[in-house]
Parts: sequence; C-alpha cells; structure tokens
Amino acid sequence: MTNVNSDAKITVVSGTAMPVRGNDIDTDRIIPARYLKETTFARMGEYPFFDERFDAEGKLKPHPFNDPKYKGAAILLVNKNFGCGSSREHAPQALLRFGIRAIVGESFAAIFAGNCLMLGIPTVTAPGGEIDKLMRLVENDPRIGFRLDVQARRLFSGGEIAIAVDIPESARKALVEGYWDSTAVLQANLDKVKKVAASLPYMSGFKA
Amino acid sequence: MSASSGRRLYDKIWESHTVDILPTGQTQLFIGLHLIHEITTAPAFDMLREKGLKVAFLERTFATVDHIVPTDMRSRPFLDEQAEELTQALEKNVRQFGVEFFGLDSDRQGIVHVIGPQLGLTQPGMTLACGDSHTSTHGAFGALAFGIGTSQVRDVLATQTLAMDKLKVRRINVNGTLPTGVYAKDVILTIIRRLGVSGGKGFAYEYGGPVLDRMGMEERMTICNMSIEGGALAGYVNPDSTTFEFLQGRPFVPKGAEFDRAVAYWKSIASDSDARYDDLVEIDGSEIEPTVTWGINPGQAVGISEKLPRPDEFSDPEGAKRAYEHMGWQPGAPILGTPIDVAFIGSCTNSRLSDLRAAAKIVRGRRVNPTVRALVVPGSTEIKALAEREGLNRIFTDAGFEWRSAGCSMCLGMNPDKLKGREVCASSSNRNFIGRQGSPGGRTILMSPAMVAAAALNGKIVDVREYA
Ligand code: SF4
Repeated sequence: MTNVNSDAKITVVSGTAMPVRGNDIDTDRIIPARYLKETTFARMGEYPFFDERFDAEGKLKPHPFNDPKYKGAAILLVNKNFGCGSSREHAPQALLRFGIRAIVGESFAAIFAGNCLMLGIPTVTAPGGEIDKLMRLVENDPRIGFRLDVQARRLFSGGEIAIAVDIPESARKALVEGYWDSTAVLQANLDKVKKVAASLPYMSGFKA
Repeated sequence: MSASSGRRLYDKIWESHTVDILPTGQTQLFIGLHLIHEITTAPAFDMLREKGLKVAFLERTFATVDHIVPTDMRSRPFLDEQAEELTQALEKNVRQFGVEFFGLDSDRQGIVHVIGPQLGLTQPGMTLACGDSHTSTHGAFGALAFGIGTSQVRDVLATQTLAMDKLKVRRINVNGTLPTGVYAKDVILTIIRRLGVSGGKGFAYEYGGPVLDRMGMEERMTICNMSIEGGALAGYVNPDSTTFEFLQGRPFVPKGAEFDRAVAYWKSIASDSDARYDDLVEIDGSEIEPTVTWGINPGQAVGISEKLPRPDEFSDPEGAKRAYEHMGWQPGAPILGTPIDVAFIGSCTNSRLSDLRAAAKIVRGRRVNPTVRALVVPGSTEIKALAEREGLNRIFTDAGFEWRSAGCSMCLGMNPDKLKGREVCASSSNRNFIGRQGSPGGRTILMSPAMVAAAALNGKIVDVREYA
C-alpha cells in the first residue's frame, strides 16, 4: 500500500485566533498579483493583505494582520466565500508562512479550500452566528487559546466552550490520516493511471 | 452506444476518467490535457526536481507564456527583471523536462485559455487542468476543465491525475433570443448577478437552452470562462455541430476517418436528453440588457438602464457598502454616463476574433475620446495576425486605440499594463476585484467588448444599443 508520512497527520491545531471580517474576500486581496512574479513561495509570508496593510508610502494601515494584539495567531476567522477568485496557491502560502495553521469561516471558495488542503491547512466551517460570536470573543480578548480538533470536528475556545465545525469528510480524512500530501498517494496508482489513459478514445486515435 | 441513459456529460466524463477511489473517499481522476504557463508553475517543477520525478505524460502537457509578458515591447531581456527571471524559469523547466512550449517567438503563443481551443488541444469528452482559475473556459467544448493550484500542478505533472470530490450539476437554460447589442458577456454577468458569486459552490454549471445553442464557440467560451466568478469550479456546454465545425482542421484535431470517429465519440458524451440535474435555473435571454458591474465583484452588476442599487437590497449590505466606498459612487445614481479613464479590450474572456470584430464595428470611422487611454490586446499571436489580415488593427489605431501583442495585459497587475491611482477602467476582462488591474485604488467596470468600445469613444459609460 501507499506510504504515508506520519508527520503529515494533522489532527489538532492550537493557538490564538485573529478575525478578518468581510464576505467574498478574493485572493487578489489576500495577495496582490505582483508578488506572483517571484519564482518561489519563500517570501510569501511578507505579503498577505499587503495593499490593505500598507499605504503607498509603506506606512501601516489598520488591519488585523498589523495589529500587535493578534501577533502569533494560528487560527484565522473569516466570513463567507473566503478566497474566491484566482487559483493562486500564493494566497494560502502567504497565510501559512505568516503563521496561519487553520481557517475557520462561514464558507470558502472551492479552489482556495483545495489549495489549503494541499498545504495541510484545515478550512472548517461554522454557521454565521457562531463565526460572529467567535470574532467578537477574540476582538475582546485576543489572548484566548483555541483548539481545533479536526478529527472530532470541534473547536474549543478558552478550554471549555466547544462548537461543532464542519469539514468535508474527504478533507478530514486527508488531514488526520496524512493523505493531504497527495503526490505519493496518486503515484502509487501509476499502473492503473496508464490503463485508464489507454482506454480513453482521445488517447488512442479514437479506436477505443 | 451506452445502455444506460439519463446521464449527464459530467457523469460520463467523470466515470471514464476515474482511476481509483482513494482512501479519503476522493476520486483519482485522469487529466487528459495539462496546460501550463509561467505563473504558478515554477515551484511545481522545483518540487518535481526535489522528489526526482519526471513529467508522467509529456504528450498531454503544453506550455505557453501569457500573464507576465509585456504587450508592447517584447524584446528580451524584459525591462522587468522579475518578469525576465520567471520567464527564464519556465523556459528552463520546459527544456529540462521536455514539455512542448509555445514561447514568445512562436506563432502559437497566447493566453493559455485562448490557445488551447485555437490549436484544437481542447476537445469534447476530455478532462483538463491548468494552474489558473479560468480554466473553466475550456468547458465550452464539452470538456471538464478545472483550475488548480501549484501543488496540484505538481501532482498532474507527476501523475497526470488529481484527487477530486464529485460536484453536483446545475443546468442553466438561457431561453428566448438575445436583443441586438446584447452579448455573451451580458448573459454571464446576468447569471452571476442572479445566482451570486458563491452561488455555484459545489456545482458544475451546464449551460444550455436556445441562446447557447445558437452561440458560436467563442461566445460559449466567454460564458464558461466566468463560471468560476459564480463560484462554480467548472462550467460546460454540451458539444454539438457548432463545436465539431470549430474543431475540424485545427492542428491537434484528428483528420479524415479519425475525425469521424472522434465526432461519434464526442456526440456520445453529451448529456442524455432525459438527464436529471441537481438544480435547474431558467433565464429569459430576451430580457437581458447590456450589463455592467458597479462594484468590486462580478456579481455586483446592473443593466445599463438601471440605477445603482441600495446596499439594503443585498443579503450582504456590508459588502455592498464596501463596494461603494471603493468605487466612490452613490446608490440611486445611474451607471449610464459614468466617466472612464481607460478602456481595455482583451483577456481570456473577450479577446477572440469575434470580440475584436464586434468592437471594431462600433469603432469604425470614429475617434476615442481624448480623455481616454484605450488599448486592444488580442488573446493570441494568431488572433492578432488574423485580425490584421482583416484590417481590424487599422480601424482601432485610426480611432486612437493602441494595438498590442498577445498576453493577459491589463486583466491583472503582473505586466506593465496597469491602472494608475484611482483610474476607472471600462474592461472586457472578468474580475473587478480591488487592485486587480494593478493599482490598489483602481476601479474596474466589467462589460462586453462592444460596450468598452462605445465607452472609449464617449469617455463615459453609454448604451451600445445606440450604435446598433
Ligand atoms: S487573461 Fe486574465 S483571467 Fe485570463 S488567464 Fe490571463 S490573467 Fe487570468
């Protein structure tokens, strides 16, 4: 069977949280296109929400990512349709390299959530009312510690309160069993891949 | 052919491309065509190198350059050092791994979603992936086409497969007849406005109905292109005689008896007439007006004769308020007459020959308003040549438009074509996100190429039907 890197198993994410309010936050906002000109992801951690955090002179603007009270946050709280637009993996790369390890929101755009999963970042959802409560909680007390239990689909805040969160079953399995690092899993089937390829009409002069 | 009925194109392609069900429950799906460009792929090739892997199916992998290329001065090295470096990285990668490459000196170069269909690489019944969200464009041919991220590009390079969850299928019928002056762009903006920018979550969109049946392939591509703006990961149109006629004779399309066999296969993969859908939406095409966006996402759109909506008309009034804040406009004002600074005809949504023809028809014999910077950027080097053969370039340049070489240009801020400051741009592209066109304060109004042309002449948003 397939070898799975056991370090890759992501069952729990712990840390403080940071809210970024607003629906339909697109990946152009998360990382402006000019940073896609770099040939590696190495510096992406410097750029998340760049144009919302810095003005034309490079002076800081008010933004949660600039706010010292959220420094070191591992869990990002967001609203609806987060990460819509471009498929740029630079967006989750920027968040990950900034220190974000999990995202809790009302909903996520499909490609963005897929890209997060490929990097081992759980994107879990909760109803709008719950998200709003969490955001207010964190805005009032940013030191509250959270524990996202991916395995059990629960988010614990401050040790005691827990809410149920949702994550597609395939994503949950990929994270907790370590299959999110997918190349090896896919590669193990290369013989079957070749068989399917050969069976496709357009791969064989439309004789199949 | 097949004994089972009631199946959709989506199901048929999904089944024939299924390699395995993975331990996660996801499906491992074979990808029939992998298109590559300079952005989003350099780290993928690095990861391949790191793991000592090769490209598994070189014959199904093709590359070009589009996003970062300057559209005026294409001589090398590029003035922008980063652009030069990224282009060189792609050139090195395709050389080292042996990928067929349509580079800057190739007459096949162009925006990746324009050249796939143009070369006949994109065909019905295929799965297709590209590290770009507008890969949905290729669905116009009856293919399942997915935009993916860099790590997935790595997986497709290494295995020619992706791990995917199956989507639901929403059928969208566009009925009736489109009025004069109303184009595919107006149809898709209307659909997104109606269903919302996240309304397509979990769905593939199957577009059909009399309006789609009568559309040419270029118009169908405009529709499918923006599926992702409606939150749908994929969008497609069932293949028909329009599709087959478009494909016949193109470089990568089989010829002779093989073409006939291909057509038979292509016909067989269309949705069955008794197929059932997870959702059904009916749109009356005869009611669609020239449509433009007023806000900061493609769903924030209005018909040209409408007034700008009040924030409380939206399920997300805060989002609407933010849009007004950025655009600097007032609810209740008309969109008609809004002054513009820049006019951009281009992008994978609307840079094909029929788009340029529609715009040229409006522009012929007229002059761009002196307050407007206007540019036309053909989607591919071939389209540029074809348009020049017809004299379209002269019509544009005589009117005061700049006529450029193929690339993504002002669709996104990665090359020298950018908005400045708070400029307002009438744009035939697909995204009006804040900062999208290269200036954090820039403002984008999405519309059809004909509407952009009319706006360029007048220096403000006008109703293109006045030119019809
Ligand atoms: S034209 Fe625009 S949307 Fe299309 S591929 Fe280029 S940047 Fe992306």
